[in-house]
Amino acid sequence: MKQDIILAGVGGQGILTIANIIDYAAQISGLSFKQAEVHGMSQRGGAVHSHVRLSDEAIFSDLIPKRAADLMLSMEPLEALRYIDYLSEGGQIVASQNPYVNIPDYPDLDKVLDAIKQSGNHVIVDSEKLSREAGSSRSQNTVMLGAASGFMVLEEKILLQSIREFFKSKGERIIDMNIEAFRLGREAAGI
Amino acid sequence: MKNKLLLGDEAVALGAVHAGITAGYSYPGTPASEVMEYLIKASAGGGFNANWCVNEKVAYEEALGVSFAGKRALVSMKHVGLNVAADPFMNSSITRINGGLVVVVADDPGMHSSQNEQDTRYYAQFAQTICLEPSSHQEAYDMTRKAFDLSEYFHIPVVLRMVTRLAHSRSQIMEKPAREKNKTHRASGKDWTLLPVNARRRFASLMKEQEMLLKFSQGSPFNMLDLNKQNKKLGIIASGIGYNYVMENINELSPAPSVLKISAYPLPHGLIQELAGHVDNILVIEEGYPFIERNIKGLFGIKGKKISGKLDGLLPITGELNPDLARKAMGLASLQGRSSVPDWLPGRPPQLCKGCPHIDTLKALTKALETYPKAVVFSDIGCYTLGALPPYNAVDTCVCMGASVSMSKGGAEAGIYPSVGVIGDSTFIHSGITPLLDAASRDTNMTVLILDNSTVAMTGGQPTVATGEKLENIIRGLGVDLRHIRRIVPLKKNLEENVEVIKEEVKHPGLSVIISFRACIYEARKGKKGAEK
Ligand code: SF4
Repeated sequence: MKQDIILAGVGGQGILTIANIIDYAAQISGLSFKQAEVHGMSQRGGAVHSHVRLSDEAIFSDLIPKRAADLMLSMEPLEALRYIDYLSEGGQIVASQNPYVNIPDYPDLDKVLDAIKQSGNHVIVDSEKLSREAGSSRSQNTVMLGAASGFMVLEEKILLQSIREFFKSKGERIIDMNIEAFRLGREAAGI
Repeated sequence: MKNKLLLGDEAVALGAVHAGITAGYSYPGTPASEVMEYLIKASAGGGFNANWCVNEKVAYEEALGVSFAGKRALVSMKHVGLNVAADPFMNSSITRINGGLVVVVADDPGMHSSQNEQDTRYYAQFAQTICLEPSSHQEAYDMTRKAFDLSEYFHIPVVLRMVTRLAHSRSQIMEKPAREKNKTHRASGKDWTLLPVNARRRFASLMKEQEMLLKFSQGSPFNMLDLNKQNKKLGIIASGIGYNYVMENINELSPAPSVLKISAYPLPHGLIQELAGHVDNILVIEEGYPFIERNIKGLFGIKGKKISGKLDGLLPITGELNPDLARKAMGLASLQGRSSVPDWLPGRPPQLCKGCPHIDTLKALTKALETYPKAVVFSDIGCYTLGALPPYNAVDTCVCMGASVSMSKGGAEAGIYPSVGVIGDSTFIHSGITPLLDAASRDTNMTVLILDNSTVAMTGGQPTVATGEKLENIIRGLGVDLRHIRRIVPLKKNLEENVEVIKEEVKHPGLSVIISFRACIYEARKGKKGAEK
């Protein structure tokens, strides 16, 4: 059993948080994993992505080969397209529909969403709205994790355990809010 | 033995802790910063010393002092940091290293966050010492521990070469029991006083030792030859992280090629010969420069053998490797899929944060220089380098730490006016003080802007040694005319005022220093949180 996941977004959108939650969940599940992430210059509002590989066997490459990713989880529509050639035939896209506009030449949103729809199986989520429902626009990343969770090899209860662990130091309120965000995301994905 | 979840850099740091270090030293630099960040956290309970230093040379020399005392020390830096520390590094392979000294250098192939992609294996070869190159987190941990033993056994500094992909990848490792620290046992001064009479003796001894180093790498379990007697056609030499990309794809090759994994240098000649004796074609897959490939090819190659890799263009000679490039080089077709990246996709380059103090400084500077189309702004390494990109287009150079100040002096002396240097507080402390001393001694007609944001921002907000008043006192102490040390606060509302100050100092026909003082927004937030507590 193995699963390769590309996480995509813009620096500051909380990609590394999602990655850390998945890592820990993999650890509890007794899976091997490797997760390559981006630090330094590119984190300053630039495009960032992370390669997450889960397997019950040894994993060699930290990077996922092109056309091999089972899942593309993007915090932002445009960024989903940036790495779309990593997606395997039959791979699943889970993307937020809310653009992060910090460049002058951001294309027409409908064009971006259409391109995602043409790229494969997709779930597109209004993460902004759902995160506000959950109590804070800062929980968009957990909304997206929830939306993608049904496509993951990790069990829901283990992901929830990992979320609790990750936000432990921030207190009950933040934990509950993130769990709610996760639930709303999962629901929106229709799982 | 516990299973731990760590970044590659952190696996190195933990290896050092368990190897019984007495001290760790570093200067921040991507992709090496997390080594020291982990050490600082791990040292919180006492037991060993871990701290950021003013630059890599100082860090290295502090580590040398620890080694002299007979204790173990780790020094970590990014690849270009070793250029700064090259002086003590090169000489330390001649001193008789006493307590284990391990130099962790993280290369950045593909230049994710660097100005070049130099390969540290050349430095290790230059100093004629051992280099270990892990390919996995477990190896990063194990090799760091082993590196200390090797350093003490051969009395040389040992280089551990990391690359971005491993440094910034997270995985699990199995820890092993920690070892005790060394007791203090002073080195002999004769071996450490590199007067010609001693240095000649020590250099000869290092040369003699080379044979033993070769024996080590030849027998080291870090170098592994897996010979397939059934396949005489292809043998692959893979080093460090390149090995992962080979293994990712190897199951698709039949019959399987022989594979020589190299993770310990000097190059294991015997193993390479054994492989070469068995196959007609050798493919070298290594991250960084074609170091192994060039070494085994020499000037004339090996008669009757075809050696492929980066030199014959099978793999690109610049940039970072990945599993897809390895596939191609191994003769495998690329994987199929339907979607491709649209050609209309705009880039999203990194940019200065909203509210960043540099934005206001750069705007004021650009405005002040409006009437001087010939002005040159020599810049430096830090977040403000992003001021070279649109919409700012505010700076003209970025070469190496501190070069803004020295280049403005050279530029001014070559007739450039206005010649302006732009440098951050931590970069100034790292390598800007000495060139400013030089400029002050001649009162060169130039203007230096020191952007004091109170932190090492680009690499994640490590503490800086001198900011605010302390920084200003250093500048005063260098002999800069006190009337031409000015202070501005980079805020939108101060724009006109700041433009005036810059204009005045540009007009002054000698050296001026303008300190633009406002904390990085992340640093300011930290401060606020602290105040609330
Ligand atoms: S990290 Fe700080 S110094 Fe760097 S761009 Fe952001 S606000 Fe500016």
